[in-house]
Amino acid sequence: MDQFTLNLLFVGASFALYIGIAIWARAGSTSEFYAAGRGVHPVTNGMATAADWMSAASFISMAGLIAFTGYDNSSFLMGWTGGYVLLALLLAPYLRKFGKFTVPEFIGDRFYSPTARLVAVICLIVASVTYVIGQMTGVGVAFGRFLEVSNTTGLLIGACVVFAYAVFGGMKGVTYTQVAQYCVLILAYTIPAIFISLQLTGNPIPALGLFGDHAASGEPLLAKLDAIVTELGFAEYTAHHADTLNMVLFTLSLMIGTAGLPHVIMRFFTVPKVADARWSAGWALVFIALLYLTAPAVGAMARLNITDMMWPNGTEAEAVSLETIQTDPKYDWMATWEKTGLLGWEDKNGDGKIQYYNDQNAEMIAKAEANGWAGNELTNFNRDILVLANPEIANLPGWVIGLVAAGGLAAALSTAAGLLLAISSAVSHDLIKGQLAPNISEKGELLSARIAMAVAIVVATYLGLNPPGFAAQTVALAFGLAAASIFPALMMGIFSKRVNNTGAVAGMLVGLGVTLVYIFLHKGWFFVPGTNSFDDADPLLGTIKSTSFGSIGAVLNFATAIVVSRMTAEPPQEIQDLVESVRVPRGAGAAVDH
Amino acid sequence: MADKSSNAYWAANIRIVTLCLIIWAIVSFGFGILLRPLLAGISVGGTDLGFWFAQQGSILVFLALIFFYAWRMNRLDAEHGVDEE
Repeated sequence: MDQFTLNLLFVGASFALYIGIAIWARAGSTSEFYAAGRGVHPVTNGMATAADWMSAASFISMAGLIAFTGYDNSSFLMGWTGGYVLLALLLAPYLRKFGKFTVPEFIGDRFYSPTARLVAVICLIVASVTYVIGQMTGVGVAFGRFLEVSNTTGLLIGACVVFAYAVFGGMKGVTYTQVAQYCVLILAYTIPAIFISLQLTGNPIPALGLFGDHAASGEPLLAKLDAIVTELGFAEYTAHHADTLNMVLFTLSLMIGTAGLPHVIMRFFTVPKVADARWSAGWALVFIALLYLTAPAVGAMARLNITDMMWPNGTEAEAVSLETIQTDPKYDWMATWEKTGLLGWEDKNGDGKIQYYNDQNAEMIAKAEANGWAGNELTNFNRDILVLANPEIANLPGWVIGLVAAGGLAAALSTAAGLLLAISSAVSHDLIKGQLAPNISEKGELLSARIAMAVAIVVATYLGLNPPGFAAQTVALAFGLAAASIFPALMMGIFSKRVNNTGAVAGMLVGLGVTLVYIFLHKGWFFVPGTNSFDDADPLLGTIKSTSFGSIGAVLNFATAIVVSRMTAEPPQEIQDLVESVRVPRGAGAAVDH
Repeated sequence: MADKSSNAYWAANIRIVTLCLIIWAIVSFGFGILLRPLLAGISVGGTDLGFWFAQQGSILVFLALIFFYAWRMNRLDAEHGVDEE
């Protein structure tokens, strides 16, 4: 069986599984959709949350960004896990006690203001749509590869599948489908990593292999990697090169954003008890950590493997020849990935060999001149392909490659569906039913939800054709927006009795507005390429990149809300009582619809 | 439930949260980034302890913190009689 058929088989089988579970679970409980998580054990809920949470950014993109940068991109690892501490300690138990179903609903009730609810809807939509753009980028890469078409065609096919899937996923039984998706994606991520770790270090646990010894040379793996990349003029893998201030702000922005993303917060509204909300966050992080502890090993080992392939006899010997790339089956992955337009090489100096090195490094320029090299010849290596190409690079069996394709799609689809659900419920439930037309029929509400979903997909697909960055970088922008707008409002709603309606609205508007403008100034207005006035290489404010600005936005949000609240009347007594009651678990009762 | 007890419960909660967040910040922003040069002397698998904290250690500590908090708060709820029936 050829690889193409095998990929189709794995992807098809995984889809059949999700659809089967959805049908089975729907038959079991047709009554309540929103309360899908109720009566679900915290461990199961944690697993479903993990599937919702880990997207194309975590699965497809993150390890590639770590592989080509090293230590400096540790921010992704700390940021996307550290946020769960904030979520568990500062939000989850209280929002569960509050007992409603959407984030704008909490904000609207706590700040006793339809305006606050409307602003929360806008914040939610802006952050979620940006997040979906990142997912579409990842979906494009995955479909492009496994259907063996260009990235753009892959993206368009992916958009249709996501739409069909989200409309379908917007039904009952989501929790168990997500448990299945988690199982597929974690197996797809760890199995190739275990194979590769065994090949390189002899240790079956990738996270331990990363800090173990490289079997072929006997040196520690990371020392070997540092040596080999510096020989080619690249920055040392384990060293700190990035600007420290920016790294701290970026990590913080990802953490706060994690705790401010509506589709994850929603999961904690519906667990059976307040105590379960606390445990659920912990279990979610356990399942997320299985991938996040493996990711840095995947990155480092892939970097070592790729470098080895390009310099099969060491960096001092001859580079790999064009003939080898074309004929040796070990190099077949290069030809298949070239078709997607995401990998490219060119024999610039016509010596029949492909020299891969850093042609910006002064020492390497001198060496290249002496050797007759005319620049780096591995001209294009899209970071987003690394995880998907990894099993092929390591020459693993065909079924592993098919499994990884299925896993990447599971990650992208589950998150995209969760986000589209959050967007459509914000539009139909909070905006239309809550504000514009309270008397809308159930049918009308459902229709508006579908339309909102379709519009969100079209916008995200269009922008996904020219994404503002690799999948994980686009997603990082979404986190910045959530950090600057939603998290501060939720936290102040619980931890302060003094913050009032005017303060909260002003805070959210300032946080979202300033962050959005800062991002657009660097990434182009509405992410249209070429309309930017600054560049992240040389940002407007010192060294603060647009991806890191969310933490500044969050600080501005807190400050504005507190200052404005102090200048205006304090919240009425019944709101202060509401805050009191949210703080104690007793009397939580069932989450109620209204 | 008297107001006094409710205030004591909330104050105790804030103390636990603060302690956890201090540890949260020290392992990630501290050991993982800002204090990494201080840990440079302690080598772990071909690199230093700061690198380990940035790529693995902080995640393990985060996990411990969340489970500690859940366990401690459930006990606190019972002590103050505000747990769910």
